[in-house]
Amino acid sequence: MITVSGISKSFKVAKRSSGVRSAVKSLFRREYTEVAALSDISFSIEPGEIVGYIGPNGAGKSTTIKVISGILVPDSGTCKIMGYTPWLDRVAYVKNIGVVFGQRSQLWWDVPVIDSFDLLRDIYDVPEAEYQSNLKLLTETLDLEDIIRTPVRQLSLGQRMRCEIAASLLHSPSILFLDEPTIGLDAVSKIAVRQFITRINQEKGVTIILTTHDMNDIEALAQRIILIGKGSLLYDGDIHALRDRYVNAFPSESTPSIEEIIVRMYEEYQIT
Amino acid sequence: MRLFGKYLLILFKSQMQYRTSFWLLSFGQFFIPFSVFAGLYFMFERFGQIKGWDFYEVALTFGVIHMAFSISECFARGFDMFSSLVVNGEFDRLLVRPRSTILQVLGSKFEFTRVGRLLQSALVLAWAISQVQVEWTVMKALTLLFMIASGVFIFAGIFILMAAMCFWTIQGLEIANIFTDGGREMAQYPLNIYQKWVSRFFTYIIPFGCVNYLPLLFILGKSEGNPLIHMLTPLAGCAFLIPCLFIWKIGVRHYRSTGS
Repeated sequence: MITVSGISKSFKVAKRSSGVRSAVKSLFRREYTEVAALSDISFSIEPGEIVGYIGPNGAGKSTTIKVISGILVPDSGTCKIMGYTPWLDRVAYVKNIGVVFGQRSQLWWDVPVIDSFDLLRDIYDVPEAEYQSNLKLLTETLDLEDIIRTPVRQLSLGQRMRCEIAASLLHSPSILFLDEPTIGLDAVSKIAVRQFITRINQEKGVTIILTTHDMNDIEALAQRIILIGKGSLLYDGDIHALRDRYVNAFPSESTPSIEEIIVRMYEEYQIT
Repeated sequence: MRLFGKYLLILFKSQMQYRTSFWLLSFGQFFIPFSVFAGLYFMFERFGQIKGWDFYEVALTFGVIHMAFSISECFARGFDMFSSLVVNGEFDRLLVRPRSTILQVLGSKFEFTRVGRLLQSALVLAWAISQVQVEWTVMKALTLLFMIASGVFIFAGIFILMAAMCFWTIQGLEIANIFTDGGREMAQYPLNIYQKWVSRFFTYIIPFGCVNYLPLLFILGKSEGNPLIHMLTPLAGCAFLIPCLFIWKIGVRHYRSTGS
């Protein structure tokens, strides 16, 4: 369903030292350094999988998501998702995906949630019957009944996140990208979001790619993880195999948490 | 088009959440060009005419260009404010939606408060039309509409062009104001009062002269040669939009997004 092969992407970053003098100097002449955000990333994902995409801050997780959701054009490499190349067939391709950026809203800030939903229906051209049934299902399972007529700016973060997730599923996408969907949420909202993700995966067969720093999310949701550090792919495989591999490295008899294992892995690959 | 209407509706609802600020801003927008126009009036009061143009003829030019400017500012405000869309990463969101980026950026912002400015320029235009010494015909009325429409296209084109620069610099460029505000200030007078190179620049590079000066000659009966050519010059304004859209397309492919 998703095949990514050999994706590389680098950014030019202007470098200058601190101080007023160099700030003035950089107005006229700038030195750039090439920073490889992604180098030679390849993986493939089957329909119906939930994949946890993890790595420390600045590892290139968001860049990968942006490339495979068609926002960024990579420097090299190919990517086929449901027969489309995301950055070439953008309009046709994005009809099939839903994207949640945990830190950015896709709802219109000053109007009730339902108005945003209605506009999204028009943007995605969702047939009325399909829209109504999706909306009904989403309001029920995400418990949106009471908040759907409230302006977005008055919602709490947890309420807003549930609306965000609903908003990205209104057009029944077959792939859902979740970029830190549980960031800043309280325990109750986190569990609710996780349960919902599992449910749409099982009932509707939606393929899910999830980036997060919360290892409990990964443990609760994903069978498979892809680890990325400093732009390179380091591990791709089963989460339990990973646990078995590192369990001996811990001296104490208690089983290490997945968090500890990941820290261990970061150390081994020297990517912290 | 229907979708654009929906975008407008939701933005209007948002705007209505802030009613006081809406009225104050509209009020302000009404009086900014008003003071400029008052300056124009007093100047003609003193000097009578400029290079053979009398007050009402210049007022007609003024009305046309300000009308075009306020309409384009209403609609193309999304492009004018595009740098903020890039800086805060909102443009990412637009790219994962299955619609053209142009439509979505247009729909991202609509400056309802420019209604004040629109009203003001409409008043000036109406006054100029009623006072200027012209035998109005259907053709001339059409030409006037043409002038406004293609003026809108030129301003929109400049907005798009400058927005496209954000793909390379991230930061918005004040340089756009030289062409939008500057162009507006220049083009509110008939172009032949300026130096040759100025009027050439605003005829061939940014074709304000084509929406304003040349067809105006036709309306006022000052044109020489084929009137049809003068009538159709506003089309050059529409043509200006094409390279702008093309540069926009290239820019989108250079988009680099921002953090997280």
